[in-house]
Order: sequence, then C-alpha cells, then structure tokens
Amino acid sequence: MTTSAPTAAPAATAAERKLPAPLINPENQPFFDATAKSTLLIGKCKACGEVHYYPRTICPHCGSDNTEWIAAKGTGSIYSYSTMHRGVPVPYTIAYVALDEGVSMMTNLTGFAPGSLKIGQRVRVVFQEADGGTAEKRGAMMPLFTPV
Amino acid sequence: MSIKGKACIVGAYEHPTRKAPDKSVAQLHAESARGALLDAGLTKNDIDGYFCAGDAPGLGPLSMADYMGLKLRHVDSTDVGGSSYLIHVAHAAEAIALGKCNVALITLAGRPRSEGSSGTQARNYGAAAPDAGYEFSYGLATANGYGMVAMRHMHEYGTTSEQLAWIKVAASHHAQHNPHAMLRDVVTVEEVVNSPLVADPLHRLDCCVVSDGGGALIVARPEIARSLKRPIVNILGAGEAPKGQLGGKVDLTYTGGAWSGAAAFAEAGVKPSDIQYASIYDSFTITVLLQLEDLGFCKKGEGGKFVADGNLISGVGKLPFNTDGGGLCNNHPANRGGMTKVIEAVRQLRGEAHPKVQVPNCGLALAHGTGGNLGSRHCGATLIMERV
Repeated sequence: MTTSAPTAAPAATAAERKLPAPLINPENQPFFDATAKSTLLIGKCKACGEVHYYPRTICPHCGSDNTEWIAAKGTGSIYSYSTMHRGVPVPYTIAYVALDEGVSMMTNLTGFAPGSLKIGQRVRVVFQEADGGTAEKRGAMMPLFTPV
Repeated sequence: MSIKGKACIVGAYEHPTRKAPDKSVAQLHAESARGALLDAGLTKNDIDGYFCAGDAPGLGPLSMADYMGLKLRHVDSTDVGGSSYLIHVAHAAEAIALGKCNVALITLAGRPRSEGSSGTQARNYGAAAPDAGYEFSYGLATANGYGMVAMRHMHEYGTTSEQLAWIKVAASHHAQHNPHAMLRDVVTVEEVVNSPLVADPLHRLDCCVVSDGGGALIVARPEIARSLKRPIVNILGAGEAPKGQLGGKVDLTYTGGAWSGAAAFAEAGVKPSDIQYASIYDSFTITVLLQLEDLGFCKKGEGGKFVADGNLISGVGKLPFNTDGGGLCNNHPANRGGMTKVIEAVRQLRGEAHPKVQVPNCGLALAHGTGGNLGSRHCGATLIMERV
C-alpha cells in the first residue's frame, strides 16, 4: 500500500475541534491500522468489481464475501458540507467527499478560510489524531479533507 | 393481499404536555394510551395487539404491556426512528387483516426537553453499529446531517433559504390556533432567515422544537369501528422504505419517501393531486421540501417554488400541511414526529381540527414520516387514510 498524503493537517485559522476517539470494532480495525500509516482504505469486491464505502467484508452491492481493502488515492471533491455553529464548543464542518474512486465518504473538512467552501471543490486527505491517545500510544488517526 | 379497507383508526390522542420533568416516560406512554382509549370509547381490556418503538422504556413492549396490564396476542416493536408509528399503523392493519389481533394500541412518549437533548449533539450508537467507526468522530448530529441535505439541494436545484423559510412560516400560521403549541407566534420569512445559523444553511427557525410529550393511536377491525360513536377513518394504503448511503453512492437529493409514497399511492388507488390534507414530517424545513417532491406533490427540484408564497397554509394554499403547527412549532415528542403526524391527519378527517385550519369536507389525507437521519440513513413511511 502506498502512502497517499502527508500526515499533518495544515494549520487551521481558528481553534480546531479535537475529534472524539473512533468507535473501533474487529471489522473496522484494519481501517485504523492503515490510517496510522497515512493510508485511506475503501472496500472493493473482487466478484462484481465495485468499490464501496464504508468498507465491509460482505459486498453491499452484490452480496459476495470475496472483498478486499484497497488504498484510495486520497483525492476527491466536496459532495456536500455543513458547519455546526451552535450548541458545540468549537464549530466544525462535516462533509461528504466524493472520492475519485467513485464512492462518497463522511468526513470533516479542515484547513480552509471561513466562507470559502464550495460543493465540487477539489480536496485531499489529511490525517488528524483523535482523542484517546496516551503518553505511550498515539490516538487513532482520522482521515479529514482539506482544499487542494 | 392489501390492507385497503381492512382496518380503521378509532382512537387518537396527543398528550398536552410539552415539558414533563415530574413524570416518567412509562407514565407518559400510559397516559397517552388512556387518552386514546377514552377517545375511541374502548377500555384497555379490548386491546389485544400492542405496538411501540425505541422510545418505549425498559424492554419496550414487555415493560409497557406489563406496566399497563395488557393481555396481548400480538406485539410489534419495529423501530425506524421517528417514522415508526406510521409503520405501526400499517403493521396493525396487516395483523388485523390476518386475524392476529382485533384492537391494536400504538404508543409513543419521551422527555428529551427535560433530559436536555438537542439536535446539535452527535448520537453515539456504540461501536457495534457498523457505520459508527466511520462516522461518530466526525460529529454527525441531526442538524448538520440535514444541513448537508439542504446544501446539496440548493446546489443542484437553486433552492433558497427564503423558500425553506416559507415552510416554517406556514407552520407558524397554523400553530397560532393551537393552545398547546410551543411556538405560537406567526413568523415571517425574514425572521426565519435572520435567526442564528445552527448548521448551515439551516437557521434556528428551520429546526423543529424539542419537547416532552407523547401520543397514542388505536387501530381496530372495521366492524368494531362501526360499533363505536366516533367518525370512521379508513386505512387505504401504506408504504415503508429505508434508504442509506447506497454502498457509497451517496445521493442526498431524494429520500425513501420516493419509494414508500409510490407504494402507498398504488395500494390506496389514489394520486397526489387527490390528497386534501398532508401531514409531512418536519424535523427541519428541508425535510418537508424533499418529502413533498418525493411523494409527487411537485417535481423533483421544484419543492422550493411549491412551498413559497403560503402554498402550505390552510385556507390559502393548494396543500394544507401540519395544521397543528407540526414539529416546527407545536410538538416533537421523544424527538420522533411520526405519531403526531397521524394524529393531526385523523383530526382533519374527523373534522376536529381547529376551525381556523380545518380543511372543508376533508375526505382524503396523507401522513408521511422520515425516521433516522436524512444525512446518513433513514426510513420513509407513508400512510393514506380516508373518511368513510
């Protein structure tokens, strides 16, 4: 697998929300093993050839169990987004990014000037440490996206 | 086989409370059930089927049937969020048609207002939820999920905040006549678009209220309905359709209502232009707009034009909606609006809505709900009813 992007997000202009630790289970553990190495994984079915997201062991398109994890390039465009302004300590921007591989994923956007976002805008993945780290062990790395 | 004409709604009750810090959730369920029984003219011993969803405390139907002292031969705890109760009506009709029960009780209640719930909080369904690992950390709450839906609709179809605001304006025109409504002041388009942004492009007044409360319905065999003194509301057709992220082919421009609505209209044998009153799920203004398009009241992308200029106001526009004030102004008990959608449709069909909002000779009504989150996964549910 190839490393697709730098690990550090660009400096944000405002205070950044610390991402809560992801809810990890045995099926999604490989995804976070890969993000720790700055790789974004998506699902692919060897039976029907379709990619899918979020990744699962049984293909949601054809039902085959002949699936694999593949590394995404980490580039795409904004499908939609919304910034939460109220009721939260730090505003943050949730989004769906349409990856160039043909699936859309939920994510957060980071490293943009307020008011500058547009649907269709090109973005690339960056990895940000989530809550839950210790002195010995870094927290899980979450894929976020930033304008190219 | 169809449920058309196989069952009737004989009892409906909306709990009047909007804030109940001194009551338990079970108590609100049972008070709602009692209200619906009194409305129908039945007693609890007539009930042999019981339906509830995830808002029912404890072990759902087991806890509540035991609490209320019900002797049952049919239970169903289908939970698809806020649209569950529309599906319960359909499932009750199915069970009655199959002879599995004669009188079905459906209850909903909750205290999100007293418990400090908000649509800006990310919901944590635990690590076993298959999507949670890929979503929870990103802070998907209710408001920003629907915010993304609105943002995409604006991008694709040119829908404006002012058009969305008309939905709230219409709801407020109705709520002014409802003494129980949380928000009774008539608002203007300007007031909606100038209210603070919650999750852009949605403003505070694009969002529904957070309220405590509850509601209940009773569905019965037609011969039982005819033996009672209340006007008869016949169930004509229903549809239910979950929709999610489609394996990554995410499309936020349409809802499961496109499928559930088509199924309900086909079963009922009527078309959107026949509907005289519509209860449309209104967690947010954008929820209403998408559902109106998906149900066929207007073409996809033309919802903004359809809702503008008061077209949803009873006595003014072509499609009177949510004449109780809906979730946007009246009540959204347990953060689940499907129950109150059916109740107001029943009021309209019985001719018992407030005189200022009653649709004259209302003979055919639709209720539609969206449970879950339109920004991730949800379930559309449609119910079509007639006054006999």
